[in-house]
Amino acid sequence: MTAVERLLLKQEIEEFLYSEADLLDQRKFRDWLDLLAEDLVYFMPIRRNVKFGQHDEKENTRQGEGISWFDEDKWTLTKRVEQVLTGVHYAEEPLSRVTHMVSNVRLLDVTPEQVTVGCRFLVYQNRVEYENYTFIGRRTDILRRNGDSWLIARRELILEQNVLLAKNLSIFF
Amino acid sequence: MSTTLPIDQMIDTQRGTISREIFVSPEFHAAELEKLFTRAWLFVGHESQIPKPGDFFVSRMGQESVILCRDSRGAVHVFLNSCRHRGMKICRYEQGNTSLFVCPYHSWSYTTDGKLQGVPLYRSLYEGVLNREDWSLIEVPRLACYKGTVWASWDAEAPDFLTYLGGAVDHLDQVLDCRDGRPGGSEVIGVHKWILPTNWKFAAENFLGDTYHNPSHRSVDMIGIGPSGEKGQRRDNEYNKGQHVWVGFPQGHGMHSVWMPEQQEYQPGYAQYPEVDEYFRHCFEERKRRQGDKARLMPFTGNLFPNTSYHGRQPRGLCVWHPHSPTETEAWRFFLVDADAPAAVKDVLRRFYMRYSGPAGMTEQDDMENWLYATQSSMGTIARRYPFNYQASMGAYKTNDPIPGDVSLQITDQTPRNYYRVYSRYLKGDGWDSLLGRDLQPIQRAAE
Ligand code: FES
Ligand SMILES: [Fe+2]
Repeated sequence: MTAVERLLLKQEIEEFLYSEADLLDQRKFRDWLDLLAEDLVYFMPIRRNVKFGQHDEKENTRQGEGISWFDEDKWTLTKRVEQVLTGVHYAEEPLSRVTHMVSNVRLLDVTPEQVTVGCRFLVYQNRVEYENYTFIGRRTDILRRNGDSWLIARRELILEQNVLLAKNLSIFF
Repeated sequence: MSTTLPIDQMIDTQRGTISREIFVSPEFHAAELEKLFTRAWLFVGHESQIPKPGDFFVSRMGQESVILCRDSRGAVHVFLNSCRHRGMKICRYEQGNTSLFVCPYHSWSYTTDGKLQGVPLYRSLYEGVLNREDWSLIEVPRLACYKGTVWASWDAEAPDFLTYLGGAVDHLDQVLDCRDGRPGGSEVIGVHKWILPTNWKFAAENFLGDTYHNPSHRSVDMIGIGPSGEKGQRRDNEYNKGQHVWVGFPQGHGMHSVWMPEQQEYQPGYAQYPEVDEYFRHCFEERKRRQGDKARLMPFTGNLFPNTSYHGRQPRGLCVWHPHSPTETEAWRFFLVDADAPAAVKDVLRRFYMRYSGPAGMTEQDDMENWLYATQSSMGTIARRYPFNYQASMGAYKTNDPIPGDVSLQITDQTPRNYYRVYSRYLKGDGWDSLLGRDLQPIQRAAE
């Protein structure tokens, strides 16, 4: 891959991520689901306070083991969307106002079929009148080529919190 | 201060009214910390979190951080997480293994049984004055391990834990025992910790058997998030043949359980996972064989006085509501499975737990919303003049029929009425006979 090809690919990926974020912010949840691969892994570990030197081994809960904030598949995310769309999911009724910021986009690994993308997320949620939550962290996505667009095959969200400083994680990341 | 609180005016369990003040006022919050959380038995953790000598898990009791620790000889301790010298939090890791707790401030160090060992410059600064024996970590005077769970009380005079539990132990057993009826055998597979802007008692009383709030979970019932993936319910309906019971005990515990028919049969579930269904069918038959009549009791939710709630089966775990302030709570949920369950079963369970429970749980998110706004809209001057209503099913219960305790066969506020009756006794500083309800004969209790 030439430098120019790589630049164009990065541009394409960034645009994909921004428009994906826009779907969520515009509450087009069903359209957002269409961007998720059938074998999606959606994972947000719980972060723990550990001794220096133990971070690699113990800081984050692991995918496929025990309890994390999210360790789920497309079926579960589809249920979450269906739940919001019932209109009686009171934690999101009335709907929150949410903005997803995506930055620090880097291509970590490129193969003909898929790209591993690192970025930072800042998700701002404002709810009802006075509820404000800010979720900030690092994200690693695996995007799979799908015609002239992409499917999200894996999303790992490293939220920079220990005790969750929000009453709910009722929004999509 | 707290003795001057108009407790009886605020908590009228005969009329079924409770003032909003107890949910929002700093005075009640302070009285709870001083008179209730210093005496009641509180859940601290689980032995599966500290299997080896030197293992520790940092927990909370009320508003304070404590260290649950297994010492080098294998004995379990609970210490206040604060250095005896000038108060530094001696352990800020959540869990781990150590031979010494070394204070980051001036480097006093403590062994895993709490003894002060290292005092830098001891000879030149403290010789002849400081007696190390007198400066051990502050340890809870009462500790109990029950089927893997660890409980503690700051009151040296507290009755032993099983006396404190009273008849509630039969219900707690349904949470802690193996699904096939062997005693104990659970393990913690993860802990959720999160902050919710609500009074802790909203959460505790919800688990006392507030089945009345079921409509608030309509969205998850509609879409179906249970292990069978069927629309119309958020978990498998294991209990449709049973008699639902709402049970209260004189020590303040309360729960919603189910008394199954004598000839109960396994209700298939886990339709998406036939091998898991097969496993639970096997467990069901084994449990019936091992426990006989006792196996007729099945758990739903409950709250052990004051702040340890449980879910008994789908999902399964203990949740502790730690007060931060009158209007803020830190919730810790400990998720449980049978330690020796097959890996495939554990995997299905943990996935279900995560989508059901806690801040990311599709069911409990709606609880959190309700508790937040119930707290907030009870803070106003006008709002505080109007009490909450706890009049559901007044007097509609029997004692020790069909199972021990004050048993209602319909949705009831009897369990919270009973809970707040005990709560007010703690706030008045009553003795243990009163806190355990020993003065109440069944008939008097029925009238109360
Ligand atoms: S505060 Fe711990 S050694 Fe001084
Ligand atoms: Fe609920």
